Amino acid sequence: MATTAVDVVMPQMGVSVSEGTITKWNKQVGDEVDADETLLEISTDKVDTEVPAPAAGVVTEILVPEGETVDVGTVLARIGGEGAAPAAPTEEPATQPAADAAEASAAEGQAPAEEPKELAEPAPTPAQPAPAAAPSGNGKSFVSPVVARIASEHGIDPSQVPGTGTGGRVTKKDIQAFLEAGASRTASEPQPAATAPPIAPAPTPAQTPTPAPQPTPPSQEPEAPGPGESFEPMSAMRRGIAEHMRRSLDTSAHVTSAIEVDMSKVVQIRERLKKEYQNAYGINPTYLAFIARAATETLREYPWVNGELRGDKIVTRNYVNLGFAVELTDGKGLIVPVVKNAETLNLLGMAKAIADVARRAREKQLTPDDVVGGTFTITNPGGYGTFHGTPVISQPQAGILGTYAIVKRPWVITDENGADAIAIRSIMNLTLTYDHRLVDGAYAGRFLRDMRERLQTWGEADY
Amino acid sequence: MAERTYLQAISDGLRQEMRRDKRVFVLGEDVGVYGGAFKVTLGFQEEFGAWRVIDAPLSETAIMGGATGAAIMGMRPVAEMQFADFVSCAWDHLVTVAAKQRWRAGTPVPIVLRLPSGGGFSGGPFHSQNPESSFAHIPGLKCVCPATPEDAKGLIVAAIEDPNPVLFFEHKHLYRRIKGEVPDERYVTPIGKARTHREGEDVSVITWGAMVYTADEAAKQLPDASVEIIDLRSVMPWDKEAVLASVRKTSKVLVLHEDTRTGGFGGEIAATIAEEAFEDLDAPVRRITAPDTPVPFSPPLEKAFIPQVEDVLRGLKELIEY
Repeated sequence: MATTAVDVVMPQMGVSVSEGTITKWNKQVGDEVDADETLLEISTDKVDTEVPAPAAGVVTEILVPEGETVDVGTVLARIGGEGAAPAAPTEEPATQPAADAAEASAAEGQAPAEEPKELAEPAPTPAQPAPAAAPSGNGKSFVSPVVARIASEHGIDPSQVPGTGTGGRVTKKDIQAFLEAGASRTASEPQPAATAPPIAPAPTPAQTPTPAPQPTPPSQEPEAPGPGESFEPMSAMRRGIAEHMRRSLDTSAHVTSAIEVDMSKVVQIRERLKKEYQNAYGINPTYLAFIARAATETLREYPWVNGELRGDKIVTRNYVNLGFAVELTDGKGLIVPVVKNAETLNLLGMAKAIADVARRAREKQLTPDDVVGGTFTITNPGGYGTFHGTPVISQPQAGILGTYAIVKRPWVITDENGADAIAIRSIMNLTLTYDHRLVDGAYAGRFLRDMRERLQTWGEADY
Repeated sequence: MAERTYLQAISDGLRQEMRRDKRVFVLGEDVGVYGGAFKVTLGFQEEFGAWRVIDAPLSETAIMGGATGAAIMGMRPVAEMQFADFVSCAWDHLVTVAAKQRWRAGTPVPIVLRLPSGGGFSGGPFHSQNPESSFAHIPGLKCVCPATPEDAKGLIVAAIEDPNPVLFFEHKHLYRRIKGEVPDERYVTPIGKARTHREGEDVSVITWGAMVYTADEAAKQLPDASVEIIDLRSVMPWDKEAVLASVRKTSKVLVLHEDTRTGGFGGEIAATIAEEAFEDLDAPVRRITAPDTPVPFSPPLEKAFIPQVEDVLRGLKELIEY
């Protein structure tokens, strides 16, 4: 048993993450801690997570207080006594899969995770003390020439690669392993255009890899609050959202189309299935799950809505990775976990998958992998009764679906005899916000029309 | 095939060439009756006679001047400096005349200059140096530094065949310590071709001479690491392609030599790697060399001076962990 103190460092959560904010210390100085027991909780601009103790022993020092934001690799605490192996900061990133590409974001600031009514399943409400702002650090940004070259040849961002070198540096072996892992992933889920042709290994100096989107650096520190004003620090996540929202609006040509959907049939089916699902699987078949199913089917017929503009190429896919905007911190935070390969899920599978990512978002159990790779996003700001919105696209996707409150309305229907009548129907607005660079209004309109058709006509077996 | 020491291998190669080619003769201090300070030419005078195994006066200038004249006249002299350190006395004939004669007058100068070099036995500042980089810097000279008995024999033959002045740095610490299988027949080891002493994936050690064994010992003490050792065999010309290929494979390089640091040949290798393999590097090129001081007499100080296994181990670990 090592008697020397073991350092607990701010882990590198893959990504462009270069810093993290301590949200909570679960142990105090003098407390005993077991190896791998949760020592503290941190928040980054991508995910919130728990940091396990690297060794057993007594917490002898806490060097960074709650609310403070520090660079990756910063020593946060020391564990003395019967410590085990020395702290291996470089192992943190290795165990936490890298993530980044897509940012946790989408929607328009508010983004409730749940159904208009019966928000039973994921209603994330993590209590997150507002972290204090801190200078934006650069972290472990050194990239060796060979890593830069490999990154440039394969069009990847080295900061996405978990580093095992000194201070978390990405070594050649790390990036090669990352590439191999990526290659096998590509092989298992074919992505036609996703395999970007490697840049010819020219003997020219390595191209600087595209820097990962850095959180917007805190703008000039204002002098002091004005009369009646008070300052609140910006969390890493807030900065991440701010940067992503701005970047998305600067990138895509946002246009929103809306359609009214008679959800009566969905309401009916759901009433029937609710008990069965609840009893047999402990799962609530939420409206969101129905909508996700209909959206997934429709996306397969509208590949550009599920696509991406990458350089001068249009990327289409034979799979659907659905992102779901989940609100955090009483609406003061937002994360978009992704349900991968949604096209393989039936209604039960979809409901389960959504519940799972939402629960993990709430419990800060998401890994960086969970928030990347989305091809389309659903946001549900209707939970509070709103009936329309213009969400912001999660880059680099081409569209985001907004679902709104289901309200009973007098509705003109035509009966089987061709006679018009006014009925009470459960009506929901659906919006599709799309990147007009890729998707035109007619294409988007057809997408919405077909989605409505499915929601209005599908029977139980179709889900 | 027979097991020979490094010293016997040099002796064998030299003897074979003298039997084969009447133009080949040796001259140097005590090379004849005494058989050489290290006994490389023991028995040579009996076999080849005093006119082909010439005991020279205690004058490196005379030895080098005589060898240069003989070479220009068509002979194949193999001159010996009793210790490589004393070659400084022969600088003018070697550097001003022999090295430039081919460019100045078009005459080949097929001299071999044997230079017993290197430390490790408390020889002090006059009997322990590795001056190869000084001569690698002189256009017109070749510098050979064999590490194994097989290479020692094959390279002395290549040096004698070569139409240019070739400095043959034979490491004294390897003379009787290193044994290996050496073919009995005549063979030529080409000058300028490196030898992969040990194959590996994680880090490359570029070295030559006695340091090959220091590196090998360090590599053996790192069973978890895959260390590649490139034995250059000659520093001028040096096998750039082999070095760059190894760098492209491992991306981490340790350049190791027994000579002192500043102006040592390792600097040239490091610079070339930086120029031509920059985009393959995953760590800074690291040099391990003797410090910039004369070689000390004191055994502990000499140990501190000459790179040791522990020094190489430390360097390798730093690179591997980088």
